[in-house]
Amino acid sequence: MVENRPFLNILTHAVLILGVLVVAFPVYVAFIASTHEPGAFVRGVLPLTPGDNLWDTYSQMLGSGWQVAGAPPLWLMLSNSTIMALTIAIGKIAISILSAFAIVYFRFRFRLLAFWIIFITLMLPVEVRIIPTYAVVANLGMLNSYAGLTLPLIASATATFLFRQFFMTVPEELMEASRVDGAGPMKFFKDILLPVSITNIAALFVIMFIYGWVQYLWPLLVTTDEDFYTVVLGIKRLMASSDRVPAWNLIMATVMLAMVPPVMVVLLMQKLFVKGLTETEK
Amino acid sequence: MASITLEGIKKTYAGGVQAVKGIDLAIEDGEFVVLVGPSGCGKSTLLRMVAGLETISEGTLKIGDRVVNKLEPAERDIAMVFQNYALYPHMTVYNNLAYGLKNRGFKKPAIEERVRKAAKMLEIEEYLQRKPRNLSGGQRQRVAMGRALVREPAAFLFDEPLSNLDAKLRVQMRVEIKQLQRRLKTTSLYVTHDQLEAMTLGDRLVVLNAGKIEQVGTPMEIFNRPASMFVAGFIGSPAMNMLPVEYLATRSADNLLDDLPAGTDIVGIRPDDMHLSAPSAPHLVVDSTLELFEAAGAESHLYVRLAGSEQPTVIRTGGGEPPVNEGETLRFYIARSALHPFNRESGQRTG
Repeated sequence: MVENRPFLNILTHAVLILGVLVVAFPVYVAFIASTHEPGAFVRGVLPLTPGDNLWDTYSQMLGSGWQVAGAPPLWLMLSNSTIMALTIAIGKIAISILSAFAIVYFRFRFRLLAFWIIFITLMLPVEVRIIPTYAVVANLGMLNSYAGLTLPLIASATATFLFRQFFMTVPEELMEASRVDGAGPMKFFKDILLPVSITNIAALFVIMFIYGWVQYLWPLLVTTDEDFYTVVLGIKRLMASSDRVPAWNLIMATVMLAMVPPVMVVLLMQKLFVKGLTETEK
Repeated sequence: MASITLEGIKKTYAGGVQAVKGIDLAIEDGEFVVLVGPSGCGKSTLLRMVAGLETISEGTLKIGDRVVNKLEPAERDIAMVFQNYALYPHMTVYNNLAYGLKNRGFKKPAIEERVRKAAKMLEIEEYLQRKPRNLSGGQRQRVAMGRALVREPAAFLFDEPLSNLDAKLRVQMRVEIKQLQRRLKTTSLYVTHDQLEAMTLGDRLVVLNAGKIEQVGTPMEIFNRPASMFVAGFIGSPAMNMLPVEYLATRSADNLLDDLPAGTDIVGIRPDDMHLSAPSAPHLVVDSTLELFEAAGAESHLYVRLAGSEQPTVIRTGGGEPPVNEGETLRFYIARSALHPFNRESGQRTG
């Protein structure tokens, strides 16, 4: 669309800038709050310029945590969250890409049935099956462990479904050419299919990492030991201290730090995204 | 190098649809055989069965002296060029060519040597480090050929390899494929729906229709003596005209048509066998109305409607101006010897 109307230009930009402000302002306030001393945020007037407490707040949270509220040091929660999100994202992708590969490229009995069974689990996210899943995990003795935190969340119909759809758009001749070239099924998978789906894998990785990062209900159930707290749980614990004035500076510092890893993942993977989008094959 | 022998090859899909209904064919060592037919005639299925990409429902397939019915494509010692080339998009041209050799356990220097040789033959040496997406259609086509060449297989299988190219490039690649095959003398089986491609490339043509062989022969045999009305209509462009004998009988003064073989009720006449001036040999005279004149440079096509039957008919003449204006009466002559006699019901040639 080529239009030369200055008024429209100004208007559209104004709307855009307004939108950015609406999204960015709370983040900014959170950051500002984390740089002031504890009481500054509850005095009624929000400070809008950074305070001088930045170093103290962050080093306290990362180092020792806030023992009064029963929160372990932030670095521990951050690493727990990272381990959990990474395991879930990698596990989900590994399992679903293999099952999609089986469903699309192999003709076996009950293939369609297998697909529909996987598909139906879309209707059973962890929140729906939380009690039986908890029972299973508890009986297996996996409470307070990384396995208990991640395994029940790994099986993923969404990713399987997406990979299946993608594989069906990969020209069949690629598989046939590799058969003629003497590659067996797993060699085809490793040499051709994986490299071809790298951008899809990146996209799913971002989505699944964030899915794992923001999990709240499930970690709340299976972890009672502070050593396994995730950062989302930690934020909740910091806020829940009802008989005290919430230490907003500490909470906001936690929030800021909790945002870093997902943002990093998005930024890093975005490169791959854009590359995949601009240099389309075929 | 090997011959390919098909004995009673059939393909029945689940659900009972028979795509290939019994094919017997012997392809000699070094021969270039073209499978030609309209879409849906089973030619691609047949080729894919030879390649090992489709299972053979019935019959025996031999490459050389080995029965290969149950062998994987890679074990059949064949190489295939696909219609959409099927180049591995994430590999460089070099790796595309080398992949099949690597899988066969060739050593690095041997791979290098073979790839260089094939690349040189196809003049794609400068593109070896590029990815397929950075190549033009013609270059991709060459890479696809190269991937088949490096393997030095017993047979090449081509599945409509030129149909994704533009007209000019298609002619050029057609010539190159032919020259390449002459030089390498590798047995080749080539599938196409383009009758011109089939005529120019093949040592022998196999015309397929509805899963069965209509005719096997050299291009000129098939052109000069089509065995059935289907072949007559399929090979040659514009297509052969089919005129009922009763109609023609009323148009000839003498009893020229009396000696047609028994059972003939329709005759085929090639558009170039209809002349605007009377030949010296015995001939028929037909009047018609010129409906459309099509000048195609070196030749012209005259679309006419026959007087007394309204049947649309095509005449091909040398280039130039229209003999009469559109809408006017045009008289043309057909030599008796140019008639191809057919029986309408069986569709077969009668003599």
